[in-house]
Amino acid sequence: MHLEHHHDGPGAVSADARRPDGARRALRIGLGGPVGSGKTATVAALCRALRDELSLAVVTNDIYTREDAEFLLREAVLPPERITAVETGACPHTAIRDDISANLEAVEDLEDEVGPLDLILVESGGDNLTATFSKGLVDAQIFVIDVAGGDDIPRKGGPGVTTADLLVVNKTDLAPYVGSDLERMAADAKAQRAELPVVFQSLRSEAGVADVAGWVRAQLAAWTA
Amino acid sequence: MKAGRITGAASLEAFCRGRLHTAGLVSASLAAAAVLGVDPAALDAAADARTPSPALRIAGRKLGRQLMRAARATWPLGELEALAREFPKGAHQPVVLGLAARAAGLEAVDAAYCAAYESVSGPASATVRLLSLDPFDATGVLARVAPEVDRVADRAVEAARRVVDGGVDALPAASAPLLEISAEVHAAWAVRLFAS
Repeated sequence: MHLEHHHDGPGAVSADARRPDGARRALRIGLGGPVGSGKTATVAALCRALRDELSLAVVTNDIYTREDAEFLLREAVLPPERITAVETGACPHTAIRDDISANLEAVEDLEDEVGPLDLILVESGGDNLTATFSKGLVDAQIFVIDVAGGDDIPRKGGPGVTTADLLVVNKTDLAPYVGSDLERMAADAKAQRAELPVVFQSLRSEAGVADVAGWVRAQLAAWTA
Repeated sequence: MKAGRITGAASLEAFCRGRLHTAGLVSASLAAAAVLGVDPAALDAAADARTPSPALRIAGRKLGRQLMRAARATWPLGELEALAREFPKGAHQPVVLGLAARAAGLEAVDAAYCAAYESVSGPASATVRLLSLDPFDATGVLARVAPEVDRVADRAVEAARRVVDGGVDALPAASAPLLEISAEVHAAWAVRLFAS
């Protein structure tokens, strides 16, 4: 009876787990990390890995273009109506942490228009090591760095590296060419993150995005449990 | 700025003055009328009628939707909930601003001041970002137009009082065609630093 009461109610304010009609909303996972670390490529690979088993959609954030959304559209990882671009018009972390309203509108509109959805991936624009998502916007966050950006990044830490629910160290195939020490990166990440998980990934390898996709499935299982 | 109309503090001040007495006065009057309890749906239609540019209408509703989310989280009020239900994609920002002020227990003149100040503070901070104008010069511009903000807020409250008895046609309809035209041109740019 209580749910009936909400049928014609106004939309959710932020992270409410229920939609106005009483149904559980989609799990929202954020992907952040420095410019060029492979966030969009990881999102594209996740879409290919999960689209046959889940109903999913993507929100991209670019500062002043729609480049990332257009890449995903060109790669045809999802039908176009399942990809929404938010133009942040400011430092990307502002739109995923300090003023999350434009991104909340994007995820709510996706659920209204192409729902019901199991999962929405919210990709931040490339940013610095302090960028993190608000809990009002996402339920879990992945921080993507790459070996070519310097193997001292895990040691430097910062909120993204230290607190993200999953740290992805991308482009491991490039390590020999840029002189990055993967073992050192793993040890530094362990020191910064204790028990929080870390995935080393090369999207060019056979395993590709499999480990990250497995982590996403586990998050979804916990969300719907 | 790209068209070379704003190049420094002096031209910013002229721009702010023009925006304040046109779009600023209309927004302030809408916000003040909402505080006085005028039907927000009628005010929203009046805002549409006073906004020829489709790009500005869309931007106004987006801003209204964002402000609505913040207002509902902060000051729960039945009238805000009702407006959110009636306009799920957003009512015009000054209308939401006025209703939020009403929910917060403020007076019509308070909401009018917010809207009038917003009409000049936005261009000033944009100039700091886009033109690298000295932020102290931008603040100086705002200080110099402050007496005019006072007068616009007073005029807006007078107009809002007339609306209570005479309906929304009593709202001012001052317009600035160049603002409307440049909003349409801006919306068509491929690379934009601001959403509106």
